[in-house]
Amino acid sequence: MKLLVCIKQVPDLESRFKPNAEGVWYNETDLAWRMNEYDEYAVEQAVQLREKLGEGTELTVLSIGPDRVVEAVKKALAMGADNAVHIQDPAAAGKDPWQIASIIAAYAKDKGFDIIFTGMQSQDRGSAQVGVTVAEQLGFSCTTTIVGFECDGGNITAKRELEGGIKSVVKMKTPALVTCQLGLNVPRYPTLPNIMKAKKKEITAIPVADLLKDEALATTASFHPPAKKGGGIVLEGDTGVLVDQLIAILKDKTAVLR
Amino acid sequence: MKTLLIGEYREGKLLDSTYELLGFASQLGAETAMLLVGSESQLPAYGGTLYLADVAACAEYNPDLHKQLILDAVQKENPDYIVFLHSSYGWDLAPRVAASLRIAQVSEITSIVEGGFEVGCCNAKMRRTVKPNSVRAVLTIQAGAFPVLQPGGAPQLQKVSAAGSGTLEFVGYEPAEKKDVDLGKAEIIVSAGRGIGKKDNVPVIAALAKALGGELGASRPVVDAGWVEHSHQVGTTGQTVSPKLYVACGISGAIQHLAGMKKSDFIVAINKDKDAPIGEVADVLVVADVMQFVPALTAKLS
Repeated sequence: MKLLVCIKQVPDLESRFKPNAEGVWYNETDLAWRMNEYDEYAVEQAVQLREKLGEGTELTVLSIGPDRVVEAVKKALAMGADNAVHIQDPAAAGKDPWQIASIIAAYAKDKGFDIIFTGMQSQDRGSAQVGVTVAEQLGFSCTTTIVGFECDGGNITAKRELEGGIKSVVKMKTPALVTCQLGLNVPRYPTLPNIMKAKKKEITAIPVADLLKDEALATTASFHPPAKKGGGIVLEGDTGVLVDQLIAILKDKTAVLR
Repeated sequence: MKTLLIGEYREGKLLDSTYELLGFASQLGAETAMLLVGSESQLPAYGGTLYLADVAACAEYNPDLHKQLILDAVQKENPDYIVFLHSSYGWDLAPRVAASLRIAQVSEITSIVEGGFEVGCCNAKMRRTVKPNSVRAVLTIQAGAFPVLQPGGAPQLQKVSAAGSGTLEFVGYEPAEKKDVDLGKAEIIVSAGRGIGKKDNVPVIAALAKALGGELGASRPVVDAGWVEHSHQVGTTGQTVSPKLYVACGISGAIQHLAGMKKSDFIVAINKDKDAPIGEVADVLVVADVMQFVPALTAKLS
């Protein structure tokens, strides 16, 4: 079987975000980078399947972006992917979901992948479009937001997470794409021996211009903080003082403190 | 301007969230038509054109068939926008429709603004204004972001069907895990988020819940990590709550969490990040280390 997992490198979401010079995305300076959390679950699920199937199965990890994304790719290799593709694009952040999906589909279309794993969305952009759009462009079966996954030969049984905690059970055949939700599994931490082993694994670099032919379908006009709703009180300072202030407010504004 | 609204139906019922689509269309000042895979016994209180496909033939989840029904309705209605809720149904189906038509999709719209649509990004800390480049576009709207509008009346039915069976087989539903705690009835909830740092710190949050006479709640990451049972989870995939007092401890405020608790009467958030989105709904934001502040508060209350 041939497996592909697509990952994105995103900033630490605890960071403070400031608009870039064009005012259409965040300024990248002073940010710490990591693998998109949803994609860690996708990598883990792909690696688990790779381990179950053993010899004759190949798991490729793909990421699009500037050179920094190789760090996230290396983590996926250390988690257990066999090889990697880095689609080199310093301007990836300016591309819309359709273009990102088109790049992945252009790479994957003649490779004979049986299953593609992606996160259900990125933590920074959060459009939840790329995975499904890749599947549509490739003509793969697809289901989203999975919290359960089993693969037996060419048959996949997936559990989708719905609102209110109910799940729906779906069956489909390969070739297929699944988008992974948090909680699907427990992503492993790469061990030191596996980090060392990963250094020898091949990372193929492909310039984005070789794969992208499509124009963007949507444009970001601005990137900005949410409008402050106001009304909320912000308390800062010494813990002891804060405790007294909060208790006073609760006594004043709510009926729950007696 | 014209919109085609895609209604939602699950476990034999029309979902109330369908009326949020009408609230959105009204804010947009657009004409509407609706498509629903549902049943004649559960029609929306809406007087416009309703393309109704029988759920017995198309299943509640069959994206290939549902996509085909939508594409057929788009041909007839020629809408400017095809509008879904940003839900497990909508975010699954919308990109399929957009890709088939090769048009833009704008995801999880929170408001209509000058020059486009505003959407959340960076874990809801920031916003983007997005403008479709295509003449027609697919839109998904954030659950709870637009008012419920129930216009009343009986729809003008157009019964439709789709050929084939699709590539996915919908087997059925698995019920939500049984709840040993009914947070929906709690007057006070104190919830733990990832900011508490580790599982060993859960009792510290539980102690504050006890001191206040309330129940322990939790955000999704804390439940996924196995620190707290799922029955305590507050949010879209857990319980939706509206207590008299909600205390969010170390919870950044992902949209899915906010949707489950923002109707609480009074919200206190304790977070070291002053910009965390929980601040948007909090009546009081205490900027502090949660593991220092909470024990001090509990001690003072006890």
